[in-house]
Amino acid sequence: MAKPDHLQFFIDPGRCIGCQACVQACTECDTHRGTSMIHLEFIERGRSVQTVPVVCMHCEQPTCAEVCPADAIKRTGDGIVQSARKPRCIACGNCVLACPFGVPEVYEDRQIMMKCDMCYDRTSVGKKPMCATVCPSQALFFGTLEQIEQLRPRSAPLNRFRFGAQTITTRVHIMIPRGDAGRGDGLDVSGALQKHPGSRAPRTSQPGTVADRAVEQDPFEEISL
Amino acid sequence: MATVPVDDRQIIRRYGPHLSSMAGVRLSTSVEPERLVKTHCCFCGQQCGLQLKVRDNQVIGFEPWEEFPFNRGMLCPKGIKRYLQGSHPDRLTTALRRDPADPHGFRAVPYEEGVRATAEALARIQQSHGPAAVGVLGGASLTTEKTYLLGKFARVCLQTPFIDYNGRLCMVSAGAANKKAFGIDRTTNPWSDMVGTEVIWVAGSNVAECSPITTNYLWQAREQGARLIMQDPRITPAARTCDLYLPVKPGRDAALFAGVLALMIENGWVDEEFIATRTVGFDQVAAYCRDWTPARTAEVTGVPERSIRQAAEWWGQARSSFLFHARGIEHHSNGVQNALGTINLVLASGRIGKPKCGYGTIVGQGNGQGGREHGQKADQLPGWRDIANPEHRRHIAGVWGIDEKDLPGPGVDAYELFRKIDAGEIRGLISICFNPKVSLPDSGFITRCLEKLDFYAAIDFFLNDTAWHADVVLPGSLHEEDEGTVTQVEGRVIKINKAVECPGEAREDWRVLQDLAAALGRPHGFTFRNPREIFEELRRASKGGVADYSGITYEKIERQMGVFWPCYSEDPETGQSVADHPGTPRLFEPGSFNPVARGAGPFYFPDGKARFNVAEYRPPVDDAGGDYPIYLTTGRVVSQFLSGTQTRRIGPLVDQYPEPRLEIHPRLAEKLGIRDGDWATVETRRASMTLRALVAATIRPDTVFVPYHWPGPKSVNRLTVAAQDPISKIPQYKVCGCRVRRAEGPPSEIAGLEPQQ
Ligand code: SF4
Ligand code: SF4
Ligand code: SF4
Repeated sequence: MAKPDHLQFFIDPGRCIGCQACVQACTECDTHRGTSMIHLEFIERGRSVQTVPVVCMHCEQPTCAEVCPADAIKRTGDGIVQSARKPRCIACGNCVLACPFGVPEVYEDRQIMMKCDMCYDRTSVGKKPMCATVCPSQALFFGTLEQIEQLRPRSAPLNRFRFGAQTITTRVHIMIPRGDAGRGDGLDVSGALQKHPGSRAPRTSQPGTVADRAVEQDPFEEISL
Repeated sequence: MATVPVDDRQIIRRYGPHLSSMAGVRLSTSVEPERLVKTHCCFCGQQCGLQLKVRDNQVIGFEPWEEFPFNRGMLCPKGIKRYLQGSHPDRLTTALRRDPADPHGFRAVPYEEGVRATAEALARIQQSHGPAAVGVLGGASLTTEKTYLLGKFARVCLQTPFIDYNGRLCMVSAGAANKKAFGIDRTTNPWSDMVGTEVIWVAGSNVAECSPITTNYLWQAREQGARLIMQDPRITPAARTCDLYLPVKPGRDAALFAGVLALMIENGWVDEEFIATRTVGFDQVAAYCRDWTPARTAEVTGVPERSIRQAAEWWGQARSSFLFHARGIEHHSNGVQNALGTINLVLASGRIGKPKCGYGTIVGQGNGQGGREHGQKADQLPGWRDIANPEHRRHIAGVWGIDEKDLPGPGVDAYELFRKIDAGEIRGLISICFNPKVSLPDSGFITRCLEKLDFYAAIDFFLNDTAWHADVVLPGSLHEEDEGTVTQVEGRVIKINKAVECPGEAREDWRVLQDLAAALGRPHGFTFRNPREIFEELRRASKGGVADYSGITYEKIERQMGVFWPCYSEDPETGQSVADHPGTPRLFEPGSFNPVARGAGPFYFPDGKARFNVAEYRPPVDDAGGDYPIYLTTGRVVSQFLSGTQTRRIGPLVDQYPEPRLEIHPRLAEKLGIRDGDWATVETRRASMTLRALVAATIRPDTVFVPYHWPGPKSVNRLTVAAQDPISKIPQYKVCGCRVRRAEGPPSEIAGLEPQQ
């Protein structure tokens, strides 16, 4: 049984509390026991506690697969981009360089590229991915578009991302404040990156929106030392 | 003599903490579990439901339990990795006796010898110095059955009044305030009442790290339109996205609540009808608040005047609301007043006892709630009965089959118990699942007290830092090795199920207590064959009390996935037996009956009315100032739990946050010449410690923060002050004055230690 097509994966960094339950849970997945395929990034710990979980976005036209010289990265019929196939992968790292989301990683010890496969061991038997099940803030959610609309009236799912001239559509959706949705065709990731150098995660809200109001205004400004 | 028998490092070498990580069968993908056991997390007060994978009497993994209504499969990192503590190399599997001649300080002895030696020592002390020369310390992580038995053991078997528990460090300020205002101490609503409310006020609670599942309720509420007001000296991960952040100076919470209430009164944002018909005491509170003008409140609390006005406006004008608080406002020498201040805001708004309107206190420890209801607290008997009340004493003496006059009176709080050890009044101590050497403030004093004891016995499953001082250690049970009930944050009684048998000579804790009672020659009342029998007696003992569990059965818990207390077996109104009372998810609904008010009103006082209490602001004892100009505050990180006895042994959790860090604002850091990652020394009026700095703009510039989960030279509780609240006796962990300076490097005693030690 494959992952039912109507079930989607949603990420809402505005909800993420940086607890790493997802990272810990991912190490329990049966296909890659002991190693986490989800990464948690602090945007800028010195300024904010904002964190962003990074999973494979499962692109409709995966750049990693397109650049793979060994044709080791397969996309299943239900839209899941798999880790590199063991007999084919030559651990060259092309995928690592090509992926605009910075997801694949080559594991030197095993000489293979591994990344999130949306818990294929679980989703293919009708369970939810481990990280989305445990995430205590439900920054990671697995369900239908109807469910997310009902549960998150103030947020909108978005799965088109612009990196300079490249536009990518993904199976994984990022939740953004509803007011920010529908501006242009998707999220301009490279534009956001310039505002926050050093970060590899997309910025999902405009200054002044709820998502980072407390930090933008520096509530401690008036405290003298 | 309860000194540490050999050098600390020798004990650590043998008894840990060592790290347990995924290996062997736990790493294998091909091993199938024999069964899944539905149970709960062994850590915080939320008690998430989860399933343990079991094979060959070993817990080999976990699986989410998505049907359990509170957490629906959600877990924090602790719950995910908790399974790694079973079959741990540090697990105590025999009894130990202190032996300075042994290279590791302790010698394994047969279990029976450990029990006999303990009973003999306690009997000897009691013969020479009286029954009250022995003290008992319990833990709020024990099941309710165990806490019930421990209270009975202290009072019936040892006949000492001196029993208290580590919930003293956690919930007592909230509990005392709840009792003063409502007559009952329980979160008043299930968390689901948050979803759909207009405004949620979170006072002093780092929910994202200390009660992560609660965050989802907050976010759900926000999606449905709720505004979030967060009050904390730090921008915690949940405060990052709030609508209004109140950056209160540590220890000034009561002033903030008074200022907000003053504005509500001034603007007519109080529910006059509710106040007039359902409460008493409002006028005194209003008179007290009058002096708390916005300007003065801002001056004292450090919260800008406009934010105070905004909070009052949103809170005052809402039609539905939820307020909850945790240790941030409770861990103070003024903790009860702080908590009463929040309750005054709730009562003045009239928004309680209805759907989508609530008030809650966040339980920190696994069974913080059940653990304090059934008799291990110094002043309480089972069912929340008062140990000084003759009628209550008669009821419990009846259940226990003893004469009421043989029941000791009230004892003292856990800290005072140590002062009695210091004074030589208490000479023997027995503790279970409590690590005061790490968890009590000014812990240098605690260590000196332990050294003064004639005899000390510890019951635990790992050799915690306090147990290093023990003469005898009895191997107790891990969470997954026994069954019983606990009561989680919402007041929901749930069931812990046994997954594996105790290894070696370890025993379920209730068996250990019963074996001790037998060895002391007083087995009467300590012959239960299983936890269910203990629970049956507890049901009878609690019947008619405020915390009435008499209608709860193991089967009903299973069927309903938890039962909210009170749950009656007898209609309190008519006295007729009820076959299947469903329990009480929401307290104080209009028209609800309780055994105290008997129909007069929903609150647990004879007139059925809630009490306003003047919640007076008092500055902290040992405040910042003079040579110690900076505020030091303490708390948790998400991957560690309390004194770390368990979590410092779990590899992935240690990796996540290996050592305590000093959180410091960039402006203060710059002034002191400290950069991110530098070593810094924090010094208070009691002690100092050196640790790495984490420079971050998410904390007030006049305040520094250190998490408290580590022992010895990494323990911030050597620095904190033992000032206590006069009513609840909770220590003032959340503030004391300190100074900070840059250090060249780690001191030698830290440099050689593993991260978890
Ligand atoms: S979907 Fe599964 S494999 Fe992917 S990050 Fe989540 S837990 Fe890991
Ligand atoms: S589990 Fe959820 S909240 Fe925690 S770090 Fe991962 S995405 Fe963020
Ligand atoms: S520690 Fe608390 S929040 Fe984390 S899994 Fe356990 S009960 Fe749930």
